Amino acid sequence: MMRRLFAVWYARNLEFLRDRGTMIFTLLLPISLVVGMGFVFGGPARPIFKVGVIATQIDTRSHPFLQERYIDFVPIASAAEGIPKIGHQSIDLLVDLEGSPRYWVNTDAPKGYIVEKLLLAAAPGAQRQQVTGAAVRYVDWLFPGILGMNLMFSCLFGVGYVVLRYRKSGFLKRLRATPLTAFEFLTAQVLSRLCLIVLVTTILYVGIGTVIHFHSAGNVLLLLLLVLVGALSLISLGLIVAAGISSEELVGGLLNLLTWPMMLVSGIWFSLEGSPPWVRWVAHIFPLTHLLEAARAVMLDGAGLAQIAPNLIYLAVTAVVFLFIGAWAFRWRVE
Amino acid sequence: MIPILEVRNVTKRYPTVNAVDGVSFSVPEGICFGLLGPNGAGKTTTIEIMEGILTPTSGEVLYRGEPVGARFRQEAGILFQKTALQDFLTVRQTLALFRDLYDRGLDVDEVIELCALQKLASRDNRKLSGGQQQRLLLALALVNDPAILFLDEPTTGLDPQARRNFWELIQAIKARKKSIILTTHYMDEAELLCDDIAIMDGGHIIARGGPRQLLQAHFEEVLIELPRQEFPDAARQLPLKIIDSSDRVEIATQDVESTLRTLLDAQVPLKNLRIRPPNLEDLFLDLTGKELRP
Repeated sequence: MMRRLFAVWYARNLEFLRDRGTMIFTLLLPISLVVGMGFVFGGPARPIFKVGVIATQIDTRSHPFLQERYIDFVPIASAAEGIPKIGHQSIDLLVDLEGSPRYWVNTDAPKGYIVEKLLLAAAPGAQRQQVTGAAVRYVDWLFPGILGMNLMFSCLFGVGYVVLRYRKSGFLKRLRATPLTAFEFLTAQVLSRLCLIVLVTTILYVGIGTVIHFHSAGNVLLLLLLVLVGALSLISLGLIVAAGISSEELVGGLLNLLTWPMMLVSGIWFSLEGSPPWVRWVAHIFPLTHLLEAARAVMLDGAGLAQIAPNLIYLAVTAVVFLFIGAWAFRWRVE
Repeated sequence: MIPILEVRNVTKRYPTVNAVDGVSFSVPEGICFGLLGPNGAGKTTTIEIMEGILTPTSGEVLYRGEPVGARFRQEAGILFQKTALQDFLTVRQTLALFRDLYDRGLDVDEVIELCALQKLASRDNRKLSGGQQQRLLLALALVNDPAILFLDEPTTGLDPQARRNFWELIQAIKARKKSIILTTHYMDEAELLCDDIAIMDGGHIIARGGPRQLLQAHFEEVLIELPRQEFPDAARQLPLKIIDSSDRVEIATQDVESTLRTLLDAQVPLKNLRIRPPNLEDLFLDLTGKELRP
């Protein structure tokens, strides 16, 4: 059994690796993401720190701190406008140098800590105001979403269309005439795609992570486990779609029907916090929502296995259920 | 002796048509069995039921006395009418993939040699000509060293040279004492390769036996052929059994001498005359009454 499984797995890998068009497309999306992220969030020769100054205009002669190098001083109208920016770390420090100097610093931000020292050197008596709360850059928050989206498309379309193509061409019928079982065939397809997804996601994680200077707060091996279980669930979902259908249009339609709601409500682009309870309830039907929730918990908050266990269990259970349904509904030939 | 394959009262019904209607026959081990019939006769449906690819509406197929199952899949080699292979694999890789699906079989190199694929081994399987593609599909069917080989219209669409080439391969396989089930609508192919024949039409078997035996049973006559333009209209009034075909006139007779005398008396030119025994094609047309559409 293992030999048959391996033979089909190996042949599928060869086919994928030699299919230049698909190969290029599979890498093009991630690469364009990396380049795009680099363009938006990277770039050399930027000031190291960004400090908001409560003033309508900045006169560098008005205070010695404003003459510090490698700091980008931006005028901000009021404290009320500046404090949320400290929270999001779009600025590292907010200062009010009128009268007795005051400043606001985000206690979770390493850059804030350093620039605070510079300020205190220039203005020793400045009064400290602490800001806490979300210390997450949007790009860090978006990062798991982008990885998850890429993974979802690869899982659903990658497996669904390949099985459909094999069925339509009659290759499945030819395999049917051998001792290969449906279970062996499907497992080989799932494993082949799983290997590919882990590879691509790792490349993306390292590539984009380097460009945006991302460091996971949690265990990377836990992330790997999460990617494996999440991808398994989504691949199996793709198998259900392709299990018995022989029409490309129908499979395409069904895959779109699955991917679009996930694109919108699974929290790729924005947080579900604050959305109506029914939206969150619907969102939690989709495996991607659980995958992203757990990935963000690990990557941003450093969550451990225990904290993401409910998500992992949901993904594992759906993977088994979907795989079972897919194998049950599987047809070798066009009916 | 238990036949290698036995078809028992098999029926396949589709909503609008009975593709196969109560067919029974058995195939002894070590022969080449031909399933003949015009397009739409039910040949492919029957062979696919025998291969275990299609489930019959009723009836059963036994392989060595047991229902078709795991053992059959290990020991059968199949060449479908249409087969697509996995893209981007070479001939050798395709063969290696299929070889690994079986517990035992031939060495990939041995199959490559057997099917004369040596020069094509590292070529992408999509870049083969029709005849080469068919040799690869035959090689795939042989990779498990099957006890029984199914060939569904294996030479349809091949040029004459590729057909002869393919026939030689089949004869080499026959020499290895394999059982072969062949469907075809080429009568020359059936005559050359088959030891036993069943002719199907409309989902039924309408004739069964060895090629020579069948011809003897159906024809006591030989055929005298004359070009149509040399056959005077007046001669049509003669007391002869005249069969018209596209460019020829055929006269069926048991007594060649007296027929020739009749023709000479009627001053029919005999310069281009040809006498031949009836062949399977005559039998086929006689039985099915349909033109062949290769």
